[in-house]
Amino acid sequence: MEVGTEAALEARRLVKRYGAREALRGIDFSARPGERIAIIGPNGAGKTTLLSILSGTVRPDGGELNLPEAGLGWVPQQAALYRRLTVEENLLLFARLEQREEPRAAVEEMLELTGLTERRHELVARLSGGNQQRINIAIGLLARPLALLLDEPSVGLDPRQRARLWGFISGLGENGTTVIFSTHDIQEAERYGQRLLVLADGESLFDGSAEELRDAVRGEAPEAAGSDFETAFVAFLQHRGH
Amino acid sequence: MRWLLLKDLQILRRSPLQALLLLAYPILIALLIGFAISREPGKPRVAFLNEIPAGARIAAGNGKLPAVGVDERICKQVECVHVGSRAEAAEKVRSGEVLAALILPADLIDRLNSLSTLHPETPRVEVLVNEENPLKAQVVDDRINALLGQANLFIAHQIAAEGGHDLELVIDGGNFEVLGRRVEILGLRGSSRILQQLRPSVPAALREPFDQVLRFMALSRDNLDVAAPLIDRLAQPIAVRTHSTSSPVPPLDVFAVAVAATLTLTFVTLLLVAGSLALEREENTFARLTGGLVSRSGLLAEKIGLGVAVGLVVTLLMLAGVQLFVGLDWSRFGLWLAAIVAGAAAIAAAGAALGAAARDVRAVSLLAFMIALPVALLSLVPSGAVGATLYDAIRVLTAVFPFKPALQAMTSALDSGGAGIGSPLIHLALLVIAYGALARIALRRFATV
Repeated sequence: MEVGTEAALEARRLVKRYGAREALRGIDFSARPGERIAIIGPNGAGKTTLLSILSGTVRPDGGELNLPEAGLGWVPQQAALYRRLTVEENLLLFARLEQREEPRAAVEEMLELTGLTERRHELVARLSGGNQQRINIAIGLLARPLALLLDEPSVGLDPRQRARLWGFISGLGENGTTVIFSTHDIQEAERYGQRLLVLADGESLFDGSAEELRDAVRGEAPEAAGSDFETAFVAFLQHRGH
Repeated sequence: MRWLLLKDLQILRRSPLQALLLLAYPILIALLIGFAISREPGKPRVAFLNEIPAGARIAAGNGKLPAVGVDERICKQVECVHVGSRAEAAEKVRSGEVLAALILPADLIDRLNSLSTLHPETPRVEVLVNEENPLKAQVVDDRINALLGQANLFIAHQIAAEGGHDLELVIDGGNFEVLGRRVEILGLRGSSRILQQLRPSVPAALREPFDQVLRFMALSRDNLDVAAPLIDRLAQPIAVRTHSTSSPVPPLDVFAVAVAATLTLTFVTLLLVAGSLALEREENTFARLTGGLVSRSGLLAEKIGLGVAVGLVVTLLMLAGVQLFVGLDWSRFGLWLAAIVAGAAAIAAAGAALGAAARDVRAVSLLAFMIALPVALLSLVPSGAVGATLYDAIRVLTAVFPFKPALQAMTSALDSGGAGIGSPLIHLALLVIAYGALARIALRRFATV
């Protein structure tokens, strides 16, 4: 599916403080329907804070938010699941809490989407990290959101699990769901993000495609222009004083 | 909210150890309390060695009291283990077979009898104890002192009775035996009567001193009449009449059941609610739930509801178990429900505040025990047992935690002759509001840290 032109969500001049520390300093951000956006940056850049504000779990101290009426799906970094419940019980609980009209049908849909139909009666605690993350994402999709927010979804997964996970997430974008994810893996961001938002110390340093970021590196740190994407990204950050 | 409640019950069912503890705890408490209050208190085992020669008698005035009944009287108070020697008595004490050994030395009666002579000696009994710890030492001291107090009182009563009898002889006259001979005593009354009869024949010059003697005798008789009950009272000069300034005290077995039920309710509800709320954070589900699915207040209400539901079932189970040993008044079942529900709600609210503050299941379990156990014990400290300032501090502390008002409500619900249940229920309702507000505030940090 092609990326739409209207903004699916929009944030302006977002500010968040934790005590004296400013986690976000006037961030502007928007996303269009079906777009996949990677938020990258060093530790403490404000990636999780931005996603938490967009998801509604954290309130900003300043700025404006324009979120889709259909709501947002939120997938926290660590699987937010009940490990002593089965896959099916977890999905059914959240489908009911999301007030889906036919919660059991929604569960079947998600089981099929995640490919875990055969393991529906297994306790979540017995699933691999990758499968737990798939359930975690499926729960985020139960509300049929226009946009899905994922905080470092591939952390702790082996390469095979990661590949399956990104295949799954890419499929969501093709169905028109806006996907916004944060990651520390720069190659992953380059590969799966149609747009990159670079944050550092609560500031937005860059907002554009991977190719546009390379162009920026060529201009600002030409010595790193021929390097791999991660090296170029680090040089860009250093050039910007981070 | 019902789906969250169902989820928590499913999780509880999936935690066999936790479920087993929740089920086993009230049954164990019910059995312990039931056995404890349905059996007579056990008598302490005391080794007993009586070295008093057979036939020895305690002199009381002109009479003799048999000393041979001492064994039976003492062994009514304790479980006597008769021993044949001091060494055997000492060995039994050392080994812990008996709490103490009581030895009545051979010269005990002679010393007792010397009290009425010019050379009195203090009568002594010997007690062997193994005071291996201060608590046991206190128990032994209390038991032995009580035993000796009763023996002294018995002897004093007997001596007072004999003394009173002798006084009657002096006042009214009568007979008594000395060395096998019967001696007749005229007594003050008889002497006065004779002197009155002789008075007309007394020469006028001697009338004045004669009347003085008569007046002295009348005065002596009247005063000795008063002395007789005084001697009797000397044996026990102070009598006790108890007036209670508090509400009617519940029977001990009802109070024991109330304590057991409240303890069960406290531990089960507090641990469950605090642990369940902390689990939402451990499972990372708190943010997901409160990100639009459930309000924080709704989640708190669900956890309190969970605590009330489980606490109610477990406490009723415990009361049903106790019913096997102690008759409970089931016609007051409505009041039981009110007490349990109000108590569980306040304890659950406290558990929620604790769970929101600690945020980790293990830490919160430890914290719950560290708070609940001492507060429960302090709630049982009676006034006067400690200093006034300390007691005031205890009163404040126990009023802030729900255990004491829950115990008062439970006692009122179980005891048909007891105090009203209204005040503790209002107290518990206030605690629900206070702890609910605290938990709600603590949840703000819960989400961000």
